[in-house]
Amino acid sequence: MANAKQSIATPGAEAIQVKGWLGAHKWLILRRISQFGILFLFLLGPWFDLWLVKGNLASSLTLDVLPLTDPYVLLQTLVAGMLPISTAFLGAAIVLGFYMIVGGRSYCSWVCPVNLVTDLASWLRRKLNIKGSGVAIDKNTRYWMLGATLVVAMLSGSLAWELINPVSMMHRGIIFGMGFAWAVIFAVFIFDLFISKHGWCGRLCPVGAFYSLPGKLSVVRVTADKRAQCDDCMDCFVVCPEPQVIRPALKGEAKGIGPVIMAEHCTNCGRCIDVCAEDVFHYATRFANQVPKNAPKPAPPVAG
Amino acid sequence: MAEKKHAITRRKFLMDTARTASAVGIAALGLGGYARVANGVPAPALRPPGALDEEQFNAACIRCGLCVRDCPYPTLSLAELGDAVTVGTPFFTAREAPCEMCDDIPCVAACPTGALDHALTDINDSRMGLALISDHEACIAYQGLRCEVCFNVCPVRGKAITLELQHNKRSGMHALFIPVVHSSDCTGCGKCERACILTEAAIKVLPYDLVKGKMQETYRLGWKEKEKLGEALVTPDVKHRFNLPEGESYDYYGKGLIEKAENDKGGDAANKADSPFSANPLDTLNRKGGL
Repeated sequence: MANAKQSIATPGAEAIQVKGWLGAHKWLILRRISQFGILFLFLLGPWFDLWLVKGNLASSLTLDVLPLTDPYVLLQTLVAGMLPISTAFLGAAIVLGFYMIVGGRSYCSWVCPVNLVTDLASWLRRKLNIKGSGVAIDKNTRYWMLGATLVVAMLSGSLAWELINPVSMMHRGIIFGMGFAWAVIFAVFIFDLFISKHGWCGRLCPVGAFYSLPGKLSVVRVTADKRAQCDDCMDCFVVCPEPQVIRPALKGEAKGIGPVIMAEHCTNCGRCIDVCAEDVFHYATRFANQVPKNAPKPAPPVAG
Repeated sequence: MAEKKHAITRRKFLMDTARTASAVGIAALGLGGYARVANGVPAPALRPPGALDEEQFNAACIRCGLCVRDCPYPTLSLAELGDAVTVGTPFFTAREAPCEMCDDIPCVAACPTGALDHALTDINDSRMGLALISDHEACIAYQGLRCEVCFNVCPVRGKAITLELQHNKRSGMHALFIPVVHSSDCTGCGKCERACILTEAAIKVLPYDLVKGKMQETYRLGWKEKEKLGEALVTPDVKHRFNLPEGESYDYYGKGLIEKAENDKGGDAANKADSPFSANPLDTLNRKGGL
């Protein structure tokens, strides 16, 4: 029990002992490199006059040939009543195809700049020992938000959501100028820190909700393939931004559930892989979700 | 017991759903209301060339900034939160940095959605706004001073802004060189406003619809209709023929009665044509045969 308490403040302490600090932060470091690297690519132009990538996450042009468009923004445009030219559709198809492979919500943990803010908030939440999840907002609220943004776009005939969307606002702000957008980002930070645990990314953000849709079918997944080695230290549940996705895969062997995390809300961040001292988790594909043939026999409940 | 629990769960589910839907609905209502005031451009901010109507533009522009990136001048920027322009959309301010009217219109070519209409291929066809001499009191041309800076910097020089000469009533002997804007050629690039020598520009480029007036469809301007048709729409007036003594003529529009037409050169054309006599008196003297 004392062990579990310690794990909430410093999850992964055991993993650091076993795998070393670098080993226990591998995917986190790679993820930060990805997040900052993408920002840096966009900033190469304005800072150093090297225009490898132009635009922002809404739409960009890489090396003057590769168009990328955020399919969610494109969808808002469509429901607002405009039919964009083919470049936007091509860009959105490429983006959608990419996330169909690497995982829908990989966008959230590997690309989105707001993740840096909300990760900081949840890290601080652990350090300040803020208990509970704060205001209980249903995790499906994000789908209502997604629907609402589209309805408002349709009724107002404009990209109304993009007037306040912290995701596009932060990325655009860093590259093109913030204005008062920092206030919106700060609001997300304190919302996650004091009001609701994982409140923005895990409960409200319609951008994440949108990307979770291709995430239902996407290929790359985290698997708890060595779940037999799990020693119930709970570290993965503490660091996971969407802890509800872990349980079926990790604890579902008895119910005949495969080891691959198939939930659309897994962001493929890989923190669970990092913090697990027992090396339970790995990256794999959805096709690795082999349910053990002899499995479905209800195991007796574990005493405790 | 199990049944009871199930009923409570269903009730709880419905209540939770209703609560979530209501909260999101209220937020959406607020967002919709905010969108009505937050979308748009204030008059001094102009859209890039080829921009769709403001309402369509706010739906089609995805705020990517590619137009800003491909603008070779420091003209375009994306509105930041707190600016009066729809946040994230491109605009420029004529007085600070006007559109330089590139021939290849790179901003339009860069737009991935067509919010900047790719049908625009000739920059002279763009209508980013319309110039307007907004202050006759401050414009020094109206004071009789020679300036003509707006006329000279205009990229559609001699067409979008012309200089109309008017009598200077103050001096009685000079001309006023009055700049006049023609919507047929003004692209609204803003170079005139940028170049206006005054502390506050007396010529301003404003959104086209704000400036441009419109006649009722019922107006028929006789002289224009005549131009179109090649002749008058109504029965043409019979040319008045003055009954004047020989050698005299009358110029209705200028000189009035011309008493002695010097070799008939001063006489008006109509009278000349009507005269049975040749302009050269020698022809009359040397005439053969009857009159």
